Amino acid sequence: MEFFLQVFVSGLLTGLMYSLVAIGFVLIYKASGVFNFAQGSMVLAAALTFVSFHEMGLGFAVSIVLTLVVMVLLGILVERVALRHLVNASLITLFMATVGLASIVEGLAQFVWGGEVHGLDLGIPDDALAIMGSFTVSTFDLFAAGIAAVLVTGLALFFNKTRTGLYLRSIADSPVAALSVGVPMSRMLAVVWATAGIVALVAGMLWGARLGVQFTLSVVALKALPVFVLGGFTSITGAIIGGLLIGAVQNLGEIYIGSIIGWGLQNWIPYAFALLVLLIRPSGLFGEKTVVRV
Amino acid sequence: MIEANEPVTALLAVNNIEVVYDSVILAVKGVSLTVPERGIVALLGANGAGKSSTLKAISRIITTERGEITKGHITFQGQDITNESPFHLVRGGLIQVLEGRFVFPHLTVEENLLVPAYVRKVARSQVRQELERIYAYFPRLKERRTSQAGYTSGGEQQMVAIGRALMARPALILLDEPSMGLAPQIVEEIFEIVQDLNRKEAVSFLVAEQNTAVALRYADFGSILERGRVVMSGNAAELSANEEVKEAYLGMSGKGPMSFRETKRYHLRKRQFAYRLA
Ligand SMILES: Nc1ncnc2c1ncn2[C@@H]1O[C@H](COP(=O)(O)OP(=O)(O)O)[C@@H](O)[C@H]1O
Ligand SMILES: [Mg+2]
Repeated sequence: MEFFLQVFVSGLLTGLMYSLVAIGFVLIYKASGVFNFAQGSMVLAAALTFVSFHEMGLGFAVSIVLTLVVMVLLGILVERVALRHLVNASLITLFMATVGLASIVEGLAQFVWGGEVHGLDLGIPDDALAIMGSFTVSTFDLFAAGIAAVLVTGLALFFNKTRTGLYLRSIADSPVAALSVGVPMSRMLAVVWATAGIVALVAGMLWGARLGVQFTLSVVALKALPVFVLGGFTSITGAIIGGLLIGAVQNLGEIYIGSIIGWGLQNWIPYAFALLVLLIRPSGLFGEKTVVRV
Repeated sequence: MIEANEPVTALLAVNNIEVVYDSVILAVKGVSLTVPERGIVALLGANGAGKSSTLKAISRIITTERGEITKGHITFQGQDITNESPFHLVRGGLIQVLEGRFVFPHLTVEENLLVPAYVRKVARSQVRQELERIYAYFPRLKERRTSQAGYTSGGEQQMVAIGRALMARPALILLDEPSMGLAPQIVEEIFEIVQDLNRKEAVSFLVAEQNTAVALRYADFGSILERGRVVMSGNAAELSANEEVKEAYLGMSGKGPMSFRETKRYHLRKRQFAYRLA
């Protein structure tokens, strides 16, 4: 029982780490209907930028603020340089633009920072906190879960309590209607990309601390993709629940089924699970029902 | 009655515009029309005549459908707005209510109304007052203010769309087919409100309608479009009284609606027939 709990809970917590990346997907998808292939690269770019500032001798807080500024500028730049010129482009064109962006960001990162692994110490201990008998929880995972909670609360407040948040929800609902009533569309796209950049920073810090800041960091996007799909593409709550579910299923599957049919399950179980759920609920767990016009 | 060469004292003047989609589809072929200050002008015509294209060309929403104005120009309050952005037009007092209403379905009725208020940067202390101004015209919206707009009735959605446009404090509303899919008495209710807004708030309207009878009853002037061209325009009362309009658009020929062109041919044949008899 304690072992089961151990596997289950650590799965949930790992899943939340995927959710952090999936939330970035959700933000961009909701605003523009595009899957942002570059979210993983943005996570990497954020972590690298932070580490660089920090290694230059700047303090922790200063480095975070500067990285924040860089990510927001990146968001604005993406809108100015690419999206503004692709206003009427098809979704596949926009998707290809995000693929291009991913290569540019990664190439640039490699050029500026080289290929070696940078350590990232957030000063959060990774101790095993005994909960019950042999069942322990990692203090770092708990910290990450707390950060995820703060991030989600912050986003909820932003979307539901601010004027910009209402603009963004109106664009998600009907871009043409938003345009027709004068919502500043390009500025809002920049805001969304900047927000996705901030989310990438949070994910980048936590994943960087976990794995070290290196180029494989952008691969966490592959883990977050099934979470995004499972959660229903457009819901932040969905991304959180989806992450928890996928984390748990992946861990339990690997331990209890993997021991029978061999290891290596963690790479495909999330996808298989997401597909299975999609067969039953085609719009994902929290996909928006299309509201019927009466 | 508005003459074709009316001077530019008009609120909106559309001068001989051509609208092309995808660089090849010519949808509007040289349309001119004028909306006077505080006027209600009806843009009439059958499905596919080019009414929506004309309105979207004016509001510039056409650009999102790969459409462009390839000829002519548009002035609003004396300024050339042929290449303006929708964002600036809304701020300048010109707003469109799209065909099919396009409410924000997952936002509440009240949130729908708030979006343009924020565009206009209404102060927090003023927001309530602005909402009440709209609710005074649409009491039903006040009752349903916390409902998701997508779950309200068609008539209520039309009210949301008009109320929302009104929140931008426009001088001119381009209203595209408000009657679409609504029961006759709801259509009447909507047009009553349009008339009320016109009188009390000094809002001018350019209304695209297939429902010629209702539109002409509330409008001051009308233009009839056929295949992207204005085939007739004038005073609403005169248009309603016109025999050809009656036959082609008001279903008074006893033969159901015909196009203007068909009506002309019909008259020609009738005359030729009478000639032969004589
Ligand atoms: N987005 C578009 N792309 C291509 N053709 C269009 C588009 N919208 C309208 N059209 C064409 O333009 C013509 C006029 O359409 P429209 O302006 O919608 O007429 P109405 O509003 O009077 O029904 C039609 O032939 C229609 O097929
Ligand atoms: Mg139309």
